[in-house]
Amino acid sequence: MKKISLEINGKKISKDIQDHTILSVLLRDILNLTGTHVGCDTSQCGACVVHVDGKSIKSCTMLAADVDGSKITTVEGLAKNGKMHPMQEAFKKKHGLQCGYCTPGMVMSAIDLLNTNKNPSEKEIRKWLEGNICRCTGYQNIVAAVKEAASKM
Amino acid sequence: MASLVGSRVERKEDKKFLTGKGRYTADINLANQTYAYFVRSPHARAKIKNIDISKASKASGVIRILTGKELAADKIGGLIAGWKIVSQDGTDMKVPPHPPLATDSVNYVGDHVAIVIAESLDEAKNAAELVKVDYKVLKAVVKTGEAMKSEAIHDGIEKNLCFDFGLGDKVKTDEALSNADKVIKIDLENNRLIPNAMEPRASIGDYNSSSEELTLYTANQNPHLTRLVLSAFCAIQPEHKFRVVAPDVGGGFGSKIYPYAEDAVIAWATKKIERPVKWVAERTESFLSDCHGRDHITHAELGVKNDGTITGLKVETIANLGSYASLFATVTPTYLYAPLILGLYNIPVAFCNVKAVYTNTAPVDAYRGAGRPEATYMIERLVDRAAREMGIDQAEFRNKNFISKFPHQQCLVHNVDSGDYSGHLKKALELADYKNFEKRKKQSAKNGKLRGIGFSTYLEACGIAPSAVVMSIGAGVGLWESAEVRFNATGNVSVFTGTHSHGQGHATTFAQIVSDKLGVPIENIDLIHGDTDKGPFGMGTYGSRSLAVGGTAIVKACDKIIDKGKKVAAHMLEAKPEDVDFKEGEFIVKDSNKKKTIGEIAFACYLPGQYGEIKSPLPEGVEPGLKETAFYDPVNFSFPSGSHICEVEVNEDTGETKVVSYTAVDDFGTVINPNIVEGQVHGGVVQGIGQALYENAYYDKTGQLITASYMDYAMPKADHFPEFKIDYTCTPATSNPLGAKGCGEAGAIASPPAVMNAVIDAIGTEISMPATAEKVWKACKKNRKSKTKAAA
Repeated sequence: MKKISLEINGKKISKDIQDHTILSVLLRDILNLTGTHVGCDTSQCGACVVHVDGKSIKSCTMLAADVDGSKITTVEGLAKNGKMHPMQEAFKKKHGLQCGYCTPGMVMSAIDLLNTNKNPSEKEIRKWLEGNICRCTGYQNIVAAVKEAASKM
Repeated sequence: MASLVGSRVERKEDKKFLTGKGRYTADINLANQTYAYFVRSPHARAKIKNIDISKASKASGVIRILTGKELAADKIGGLIAGWKIVSQDGTDMKVPPHPPLATDSVNYVGDHVAIVIAESLDEAKNAAELVKVDYKVLKAVVKTGEAMKSEAIHDGIEKNLCFDFGLGDKVKTDEALSNADKVIKIDLENNRLIPNAMEPRASIGDYNSSSEELTLYTANQNPHLTRLVLSAFCAIQPEHKFRVVAPDVGGGFGSKIYPYAEDAVIAWATKKIERPVKWVAERTESFLSDCHGRDHITHAELGVKNDGTITGLKVETIANLGSYASLFATVTPTYLYAPLILGLYNIPVAFCNVKAVYTNTAPVDAYRGAGRPEATYMIERLVDRAAREMGIDQAEFRNKNFISKFPHQQCLVHNVDSGDYSGHLKKALELADYKNFEKRKKQSAKNGKLRGIGFSTYLEACGIAPSAVVMSIGAGVGLWESAEVRFNATGNVSVFTGTHSHGQGHATTFAQIVSDKLGVPIENIDLIHGDTDKGPFGMGTYGSRSLAVGGTAIVKACDKIIDKGKKVAAHMLEAKPEDVDFKEGEFIVKDSNKKKTIGEIAFACYLPGQYGEIKSPLPEGVEPGLKETAFYDPVNFSFPSGSHICEVEVNEDTGETKVVSYTAVDDFGTVINPNIVEGQVHGGVVQGIGQALYENAYYDKTGQLITASYMDYAMPKADHFPEFKIDYTCTPATSNPLGAKGCGEAGAIASPPAVMNAVIDAIGTEISMPATAEKVWKACKKNRKSKTKAAA
């Protein structure tokens, strides 16, 4: 067992965890933040993407012990005072989601892209999202949503 | 109030998904919950000699380990094949028993052997490793084409043959082919696919031993049918004490339209241990045990006159069912396939033979399109070859053979009510800028690339399934749909549907329809589905049926509401019901200014004895309340069609094929929400391109699934695609009042042949799906060699 302290969505918490606890398990099963999804176990699908200290990572392949002292943002932490983040708004406006399962990871990944590159080209958006699999949308409206968000952020 | 049907309304359900507040089965945790892990067969075919759970039972945290022996002792029934198919010789199809936990044999890698239930998932997994199964490994039957020549894997099922189905007139078709000026032949494989909904399957069983009520939460497109099968056939729990809840479902594409072995076992296990049992599939379990799709081998022959007129079509298909006959497995390669082999062409005579075989692979069932993609792939590849061999332009050859007068009774089954095939082809040719293709080809050649163009013009039969039509061709059941429209006293509306949604946005589309019908603002309308305790029995979502069949049931229920409302309004306004009109939410007495809003009527229906009123606002004989139910059995299928054109560029040196342009012009009849429909087209097209270029479920000769993770099974990614060009034409369906035809499967049906015809056009040789870089590179290399030889 190990005690970790971290900030999740602006709230400071401490938890005793097992050494092998994965970050996605900490979020979903221990903290009940079920907005972060798990779609595979090989770090391919990207449904589990969250931000650790502002950078997108796949939470299914990171140990919870490794985020001790970090600031974590999950999809639940994006909306402020009931108002969605511009990326969330853009996904809604452009119909960038269908079943919603890949959506949290897709949104978190896309925000990191715009933090890194304010005005990405279509090619850059598609390349960046290569690590997030969506089976519903065919990606076209996701790309449109990221472009829309880039114009607003 | 402006009409919402046809407008780009933003989805009502999006906010919860975007803020992490969706609720999928795996998100649910119940008090006192236990965790399950399945022991699965590592062998494709084996006899089980013994299962030793003694060591595993003593492992930390283990509550119970259950095997097929206990299941049999409790008389839990097996999973079923839902549609009976009769072979050409008049005998019934042969179906092996499919116990949810194996008793004496396993028949594919991933087959269910035991369930380990523990206090934590880690403990369940650790204990599962201690379950010792003594197998006698047998030679597996893997390949579709070899199944009939191999040893029978199920007792009493000779040649591994489930059925030998025939549709059409064989004698006349043979005659037509022998009289044809030219017979075009083709041999095709339709590659096996793994559906890969992003949400892995999950089940939670929760039994209350005092009330004897069982709740099963499951990731499923079809909760009512799931409950029916688990009650009536598996005998786990009587229907009235059994609630099946499919909360938010993260994609399905057909792979979640029936109960799986895990659902049956979890529902049974919670009763055994009297605690909630939770199981969530890992992705590799999904690859191994979700039902797969497609997997056909086909030989087809097309008779053609010298002028390009098609005179007959003969198709012989072997369809791989996998190890067992899953719920929709037998209907998929028969009623959903054989009638569609004609495409949208006027073909006077045809015959289709389908032999369905068992192999030691995962069961194969309906996957996006179910039978129709296989039929479309066959006819569109065949027509493409015919045009090529006869030196006729692809568009011209198709146009010449299109059905052009409606209704059109096809020579096999379908009576196609409406369409304008030349119309969507013309629009697609313009949008794709077909006339300048040669210029683009030259430009690609300058850049060292081979460019090809491919067509696919398709016809689907959707709105599954009109009972009268399917029963006339031998199916045991049709598939109607139900709806309940319930006004609440305060004037907002709860709509219940027997369909479900796994991403298609029904909460929005259906609310748009109801808003227009009843004149109630869309924000005051909510859709409820996915819970057997809440709505009427229904048939679920698949086969592009939800709008055409489920939407129509909603329209019918709304009509009943309006009829009752007219009676009540007439009484309140002291007029005759026939003098009351209903328009945009108001009941108005003709030629007067007397009116009542539908909200006022709803209030009066629920609270008839209002303060200060002497008489009830309800006329004599009219019951209080304002809620109506409708069950709708369609009169015919609906027939979406479209023209898709794909352009690819091939790099001869690497074999890499890139889709550089994709145009889709579809006729879905009435479109309720263009945003949602376009999303369906995008997604379907990408799944189809996935089949054509990337995806392939590959078993080695011992029956091990080699592609059992995202490392090995190539999923389509964002950077594989250009922006698609999408447009519509519209000939409304005549079989339902909405005029809707269905759009969910079209993309996956149309795109594989469009892409493959383009690849073949580019490289100039036949190639099978998926056209991976390796295959294309080899084909190009072979071409170069033969060209060099010819030059020498």
